[in-house]
This record gives sequence, C-alpha cells and structure tokens, in this order.
Amino acid sequence: MTSCPPPTQLSPLELLGLGDCGWGATLLWGLENSVIIAIGAYALGFSIGIGGAFGKLYGGPVLKDLLATYTTIVRAVPELVLILFLFYAFTGLLNQALLSWGYPRVQISPIITGIVVLGVVQGAYQTEVLRGGILAVPAGQIEAARAMGMPAGLLARRIIMPLMTANALPGLANLWLNATKDTALLAVIGFSELTKATYQASATTKAFFVFYPAAMALYLLISLTSTLIIGRIEKWARRGQRDRTG
Amino acid sequence: MGPARPAGSDGLMQDFLKPHRIVLILLAAALVSWCIWALNWSWLANPKYQLLILQGIWRTIWILVSTMVIGMTLAIPIGLAQAAGPWYLAAPARVFCTVIRGTPLLMQLWLLYYGLGSLFPSIPWLRDSALWPLLRQAWPYAVIALSLSVAGYEGEVMRGAFNGVPDGQLEAAKSMGMPRFTMFRRIWLPQALQRVLPTLGGETVLQLKSTPLVSTITIVDIYAVAGRVRQDTFIIYEPLLLLAVIYMAITGVIVLLFRWFESRTPTRTA
Repeated sequence: MTSCPPPTQLSPLELLGLGDCGWGATLLWGLENSVIIAIGAYALGFSIGIGGAFGKLYGGPVLKDLLATYTTIVRAVPELVLILFLFYAFTGLLNQALLSWGYPRVQISPIITGIVVLGVVQGAYQTEVLRGGILAVPAGQIEAARAMGMPAGLLARRIIMPLMTANALPGLANLWLNATKDTALLAVIGFSELTKATYQASATTKAFFVFYPAAMALYLLISLTSTLIIGRIEKWARRGQRDRTG
Repeated sequence: MGPARPAGSDGLMQDFLKPHRIVLILLAAALVSWCIWALNWSWLANPKYQLLILQGIWRTIWILVSTMVIGMTLAIPIGLAQAAGPWYLAAPARVFCTVIRGTPLLMQLWLLYYGLGSLFPSIPWLRDSALWPLLRQAWPYAVIALSLSVAGYEGEVMRGAFNGVPDGQLEAAKSMGMPRFTMFRRIWLPQALQRVLPTLGGETVLQLKSTPLVSTITIVDIYAVAGRVRQDTFIIYEPLLLLAVIYMAITGVIVLLFRWFESRTPTRTA
C-alpha cells in the first residue's frame, strides 16, 4: 500500500482488483466469511430443527411446550435483537462458566459466535419447516412401519426422512437463502463479512457505486447458484412422485 | 382423554391448564419476577428515557405502517406486470424482484443512504431545490429502502395471487363486455387481494422485524433507544429484554389485527 494513487484517480476495475491498490481481496475475504458462517449456521440450525421437529411431534408434554416457547419467541423478535442478545449472552455465560470452574477467560472467534448465534435463530424456523414436512408424510406409511415392529430410530431414518424430504425442501431452500442474507446482520455488531467489507471499502474510497453493486452481484451469485442447485435436488427428491405440472 | 368435550371456553381452559403446564407457568412467573427484582431497571424511572422509549415505539410503528402501505401499492403493478404484462414490463419487474429478494436489506439501505447521500450534494440544482432539506435527513432513505423491499417480496406474492384467480371469473367479465380496467378493478384485484390477505399478516411481522435496521442510518427507532440506554448506563441485558418484550407485543397486536380483518372478509371454504 505504499505507492497507491488517491482512490478518485483509480478506475472501477482497479478499485475492485486484487492488487495492492484494489479492494477485491477484502471483498472476497468477506464473502468467504459470509459463506462459512451461512453454511455453519444452516447446519447447526438443521440439527436443532430435526431434533425440534421430532420433539414437537412425538416428545413429552413439557418438551412440546418448551419447544413451542422457543420457536414463538425467536420468530416474533427481530433477528438483530436476538443476535445482539445471544452475542452478549453466549460469550458472557461461557466465560463465566469457565471462570467458575477455574479456567482462564477465552476469546471466542467471531466466526464461531456468528455461527452459534445465527444457528439458534435458524433452528427455530427449521423446526417449523421440518415439522410441516413430517406432518405431510401419509399417516399410513408410518402406521405400516409401526405395525411391522420397526423401532423409532429406524422408522425415522428409513421412512419419515426420505418421505418428508420433498415436502420440506421448498421451505428449507427459502431458509438457506435467508441464512445467506442474515449474515449481513452480523455487520452491525462488527464482524468482517461481505457487507462490512463493502462498507469499509466504500467509506475509504468514496466509490459507493462500485463496491455496493459488486457486493450485491456476489450475493445474487450465491442465491442464483443456490436456486439452481436446489432445483436439481428437488427434482431428485421428487423422482418417485407423479408429475403434477402436466 | 375420555369423551369429547363441548368446545366451549370451559373445555378450552381445561385443555390449556394441564398439570404440567401449571408448573411451567409458575416457573415462568418465577423467572419473570426474578428478572424484575434481580435486574437493574432503575433507568426506566428516568423521564428522559421514558420519553425516548415512547418516541421510539411511535417511530417504529410509523415506519412499519408507511412502508407496508407504499410497498403494497408498488407491489400491485409489479405483480400484474409479471402475471399478465408484455415482456418489456414483465422482464424488468422480474429482475427487480430477484435483486431485492437476493440481496440483504441492510446492503440496499446502505447503498441508498451512503451512496445517494454522497452523490446528491454534488448536484448543484438539487442543493438549491426545495427538496434539499428533506434529502439531508435520514428517514426518506429508510422509507424508500424498506418500501422497495416490501414491493420486491410482495410483488412476487401478488404475481401468484393474480395468477390464482380462476380464468372463468375473468372470462365471464369479458363476455359481459366489461371494459378491461373495470374488470381489473372489480373482479381481478379484489379476488387477488383476498388471496393475499392470509399471508399479509405474516409479511407485516417480517417487515416489523426488519425495521431495526434503520437504526444503522441514524434513525432513532425503539432499537436505537435501547442501544442508547446501553451506551449511557452500561446495562446490557435489561434494555434488550425490554426490546424483545416490546417487539413481541407489537407482533401480537399485528396478529390479532389481521385475524380480525380476515374474519370480516367473506370466504367460502369447500
């Protein structure tokens, strides 16, 4: 960064370049962080969602009520408030627990915090989507498996999961797109993901109409490729079903 | 469970108050009273913060209502263009919806506020115009960005609603010699809106949850007020808890309002 001309003299391509004077590397690094957090949060949300959906349908009365409270609160409070709350609570409680057990305080990496915080939010939405997917499985299929004496775990793995995939996929796809866009909210609490990187690049160079459209194109690239891939997965999941589109 | 109970309010209350639930409610009450007694709520007694909180709630609701109304008004032509428009209207409408739905709202907001906000001062005639005092404030950018977001998401919903109105309805109107605009106003639009109504409540809640983003461009909504209390007093959890309660209360009001609204529109269920 020694001999860079002032940013106003650089062309948009030079500003977006990967060289010393360009901000391309910063943007791509932000994109990488965004994608890692989105994938991690989605995976965590999916494991919470699977547990939550089966718990809501087949769990005991106390578990059902607790899960209902969790999904209702998370879906009624803005993500930004939850992120801030969980951000303080997660790091604060973890450190308090460590201190009380006699361990030193730890600095948790922002990426892990981001994944946990967004994952808990995703979990509530995925619980509802997966629950709907399970409910749409024909009751006769599950009853037949039970009548054959299939144990619960095997029933979930061999009958419910394969049959619910096609029903749950559209909702799960929507949530994946939400997860990628929700990573932008982490910019508000100072994580260097794509939106924050864009903000820094454009605030320094004043080239707002170079960096914002470029970052939006990157987000669009993620969502359009995701839509393409999800379309193929859905086709695969529906391969045994009759085509209703005519 | 025994024989079926009459579905009166008595049966409902008994269904709700099962033994385990009474224990859970007591535990929740204990947690709430612990929150009230053990946490630091002294800042709530400060008249300065009381006023700020009321103003913040008012501003949040005002932004929510205005952006929903403007956004829905924009969504109707966008949905119609995609459902029945010629390609030169349908294609831009589809691109608009894709861009709005495919990029984070925070980024759209910052592009408008920082981008346009830095562009406008360099245009001399704009600085001299009567619009300038308006453009120097933050809220026009917030209202525009949030309205466009509603327009993008609801434009897609309206497209489906317009397509979902049965062909027979439109053909009947056409065969009666109804002019095209009257047909749209009397037959197509009302039936499409009726289809949208059940989803609109959920969309309003989603919009409420994106309003705190405006606090990042210096608008003092209820979220920003909580942030201010946090900065002033170094109290972290209490303002956030109050914030969560306020948003849940507004969500509850929206849900009830739309339930009432829906009960007033006649529907035929087969």
